[in-house]
Amino acid sequence: MSMVTINDMAFVCIALFTILSALGMVLSRNIVHSALALIMTFIGVAMLFFHLDAGFLGLVQILVYAGAISVLIIFAIMLVMHGEPNQTNRFNPSLGTHLWGAYIALLMTAGLVAAIWFSGLPEVKGRTVEDAVGLLAELLLGKYVIAFEVAAVLLLLAVVGAIILARGVEEK
Amino acid sequence: MEHLFTDTAYMLTSWMVGLGIKPVWADLILLVVQWAIIIAIVTVNVIILIWLERKVSGFIQERLGPNRLGPFGAFQTIADAMKLLTKEDIIPSRADRWIFMSAPLLFIVVAVMLYAVLPLGKDMAVVDLNVGLFYFISLGSLSTICLLMAGWGSNNKWSLLGAMRSVAQMISYEIPLAFSLLGVVMIAGSLNLGEIVNAQNRYWFILLQPVAFLVYFIAATAELNRGPFDMPEAEQELTAGVYTEYTGMRWALFFLAEYTNLVAVSALAATLFFGGGQGHWLPSWIWIIIKTYLIMLVFMWMKWTFPRIRMDHLMAFSWKVLIPVSLANILVTGLGIEFFRGMGW
Repeated sequence: MSMVTINDMAFVCIALFTILSALGMVLSRNIVHSALALIMTFIGVAMLFFHLDAGFLGLVQILVYAGAISVLIIFAIMLVMHGEPNQTNRFNPSLGTHLWGAYIALLMTAGLVAAIWFSGLPEVKGRTVEDAVGLLAELLLGKYVIAFEVAAVLLLLAVVGAIILARGVEEK
Repeated sequence: MEHLFTDTAYMLTSWMVGLGIKPVWADLILLVVQWAIIIAIVTVNVIILIWLERKVSGFIQERLGPNRLGPFGAFQTIADAMKLLTKEDIIPSRADRWIFMSAPLLFIVVAVMLYAVLPLGKDMAVVDLNVGLFYFISLGSLSTICLLMAGWGSNNKWSLLGAMRSVAQMISYEIPLAFSLLGVVMIAGSLNLGEIVNAQNRYWFILLQPVAFLVYFIAATAELNRGPFDMPEAEQELTAGVYTEYTGMRWALFFLAEYTNLVAVSALAATLFFGGGQGHWLPSWIWIIIKTYLIMLVFMWMKWTFPRIRMDHLMAFSWKVLIPVSLANILVTGLGIEFFRGMGW
């Protein structure tokens, strides 16, 4: 029988925290509470990254998801919300929607598993990368520079589109 | 003197190991002790800072400031703190109770956690993190959510408007803040705060990166929601913004966190641009205290000198001035580094 180390205990705690917050997000009736639970989920995922010695990724997770994107989500919710906050995240009673939800969730899971399975990611065991940030930078700006730039252009297009949607086009 | 704290920490660990405690647990206990000391220093420091702020504002506005309690009114803040501690803790009946109650606590937790990576002297960071600077920025971004929680939880229009304003402002100014620090990172070649301090052996980075420092200073003022960028709590139009519904100790926690953030941001400025603990004659931890306090005095000077800026001007200033300037600074820094490398420096 293998020993349960502090490391394993930490993993179980973090995983429980993440899963419970995710459940809170799905099950909460108040959509603002859902958004806050989502932030807790993001922080849990960041802690998982820390636990895997990927500190930089964990911090990116906090900065981008917990610190910025979720704030935008809450903003959007608050701006379009009306009526009682306790009724904002109601459950849809029809069976058909449940089935659709389950189907999409299953598809997502299968897709993620397949992506991880077939990507041939090298397994790193028992050694920590010293200069993780430098290596990441070299990969992003070297081997994967085109994908990186395309993602940047995509985001720029999204921003321009959002501005046009928000302001409308001037009629001549 | 220089090694006072590091030696004490070392002695403490070896003493604990001598008692038969495993090194892992000894390190953990040391961490807890360090945290306790930091929290104690931060709290006591805020008492001094609030008194100082009132004195400085009095001096700038040609009045006396607090002068009744103790010498130069030095005990005024202590009396204020006692008053706040004994006040009733009012929670509005239609507030979102848990969010309302936890927001100030989380705000102060985030503020104190910033200190984990700050080198408060040579080799005196609690955690010597490889990506220390990035840790500072990304944890700082969490404080927006605490303000949003406070504004939402209060169920008050002023609170919500204040929260909206401060979040919009903090998100916009986070970008130039991070960009301005990139110039420093490029020259130092590291995200580790200790190594950035060491890289300033010859020149302080304020000499090499004056534009970055200006951008950092302005953006940090906005991040702190301090005057002249304190639109989120503009008393004349929003009563007190996010803090409208808070009373007693919960309100005091917000105040505490704001000053804690002020110290952290100033200490980071001292670390990145003014050589951190480097200096002659005095030990490094005294140098960093002196530098931090000088920077904080400039923050106070700014607050009491400039009038508030209108909200839309504030946002436009970030997006149309600060971000382009900080981007240009990164470009010039990169070119400069390549140029000097080519010259063989």
